[in-house]
Amino acid sequence: MLGQNNMLAQEISNLAIEIRENLIKMLLEAGSGHPAGALGMADVLATLYFDVLKHDPSNPTWEERDRVVLSNGHICPGFYATLAEAGYFPKSELMSLRKIDSRLQGHPHYNLEIGIENTSGPLGQALSQAIGMATAFKLDQKPNRVYCLMSDGEQQEGQNWEAFMYAGDRRLNNLTVLIDRNNIQISGYTEDVMPLQPFKHKLEAFRWNVLDIDGHNIEAIIDACHQAQAIQEQPTAIICNTIPGKDVDFMENLPYWHGKPPSKKEAAEAIDELEELEEENLAQSKI
Amino acid sequence: MKLTDYLNNPTYGSTRDGFGVGLKDLGGQNVQVIVLCADLSESTRVNWFKEAFPDRYLEMGVAEENMIGIAAGLALAGKIPYAISYSTFVVNNALGPIRSSVCYTNTNVKIVGGHAGFSAGPDGATHQALEDIATMRVLPNMKVIVPCDQEESRKATIAISKEVGPYYLRVGKFQSLNITTKETPFEIGKATTLKDGSDLTIIACGSMVAECLTVAHKLEKDYSIEVINMHTIKPLDYESILKSVKKTGAVLTVEEHQKAGGLGSAVAEFLSQPALTRLKNSIPMKIIGVDDSFGESGTVKELLEKHKLTAIYITKEIDILMTR
Repeated sequence: MLGQNNMLAQEISNLAIEIRENLIKMLLEAGSGHPAGALGMADVLATLYFDVLKHDPSNPTWEERDRVVLSNGHICPGFYATLAEAGYFPKSELMSLRKIDSRLQGHPHYNLEIGIENTSGPLGQALSQAIGMATAFKLDQKPNRVYCLMSDGEQQEGQNWEAFMYAGDRRLNNLTVLIDRNNIQISGYTEDVMPLQPFKHKLEAFRWNVLDIDGHNIEAIIDACHQAQAIQEQPTAIICNTIPGKDVDFMENLPYWHGKPPSKKEAAEAIDELEELEEENLAQSKI
Repeated sequence: MKLTDYLNNPTYGSTRDGFGVGLKDLGGQNVQVIVLCADLSESTRVNWFKEAFPDRYLEMGVAEENMIGIAAGLALAGKIPYAISYSTFVVNNALGPIRSSVCYTNTNVKIVGGHAGFSAGPDGATHQALEDIATMRVLPNMKVIVPCDQEESRKATIAISKEVGPYYLRVGKFQSLNITTKETPFEIGKATTLKDGSDLTIIACGSMVAECLTVAHKLEKDYSIEVINMHTIKPLDYESILKSVKKTGAVLTVEEHQKAGGLGSAVAEFLSQPALTRLKNSIPMKIIGVDDSFGESGTVKELLEKHKLTAIYITKEIDILMTR
């Protein structure tokens, strides 16, 4: 079993950089896909799979595993790279992203063999599924926890608010939602396309416990997940403030990079930058 | 039960009541069964399950998309969820989640569409469901069951729990003639021939089965009509269709649904492909159904009459087919 607090924050941070490198390579190879959100959520993904989650990549159908339910399926290059990093399937398979006969579909298709717990892509559909799982665990009095990953732009989908309303009322404290607050979506900045603010207040009004954190701070992510575990009466939403395109300078904070793959030259530039960062981090951790 | 028994001593029932009874029975048989309903527990009859098993009843409020998503999540965690609302609300409002979270994921979700066909009557076209068979049958992995009477609905409700994967069960409020009994066989995907004949095959589903059976019986002196109850629209029982049309050489389909995309379309899709049927000649065929229009307020009987789904119109079409 991986995770369970035996890895340093610095090591997790380095794995996130590794995940970013891999997803850039995957997107270059695929020739299409979504880099910004995937880069932005790499720290959250790495923290979940290498610290927070109870899971066993060698036994993906393990009854006692926690469930990760991805809702914003388009960040799957980062999700797949994390699953491979954790050992759900060989890293060599990552380059099959978006290709014919691949298990790594352009948007995720449910496949427990490789750790994919649900289908996603059409936005706004997975929180309900996470609630269904959390409800089943409650009915069976099982301790499994459910973690749902969402984006901020997809909060514009109405089904999410049906789901928030339901879960807040049903006291599903085994459910934690991590929302990527990166402020961009395909057509521009979220607050220009369809404002979400005051987001935290909206969620609180739906009777959720809401935490607001830096989505790149590994320790803050771990702390927030632990706080969620300690809450008895409510589900928890963790608003993870992130930088879209994180750690690739020319992609950071630009809606343009929501759904465009890098060119060969851009990918090389991105990889150089990420490798440099990895080396700096390694040097730092040796001090 | 003989044909003359239920014509001479008719009793009536609704497929929603059969569903309600079946669901409650099922609740006692299988603790994995969970029922979700979008604020219509009384009129869909799931209140009978709710009263018996309150812990396994989830009230969703008027939120069909969330209901289907939660059902998918429950199924992913090993439960057997039945998600219920009026057919037109669950099928149309939640089509996105039904497609991705249920069908593409192939989750073990049973969707039950109540008040289907014209059976919402006075509520009007907004509440009537005349497109649901088409919408559900086109989705990969989805199977579609349309029981013909109360008892068959009870059996179908229990039978779909024993199969893994998405199902759509279409039920209605209309009190139709009871034509099956506890002893009548019911097997998913296996049509039942309720009356043998050699001149014409009628294939019907839902409340139209009883109507067609009555017509076939009345016309017995003139024509020998075979009546097939096609309770499973998908997977369609090709074998039974072929066996019958080889004998009769003509087919009439009847359904309380749009002509486009329903039972008639499914039968035509099959019969129009010689590579599948191996028939040398094409089979004369007529589809009776709603002709590309919405319903309106009225009693079910008035609506069936207005949309030419009653004995008199079925008889006319039989006459036309028989003078071929």
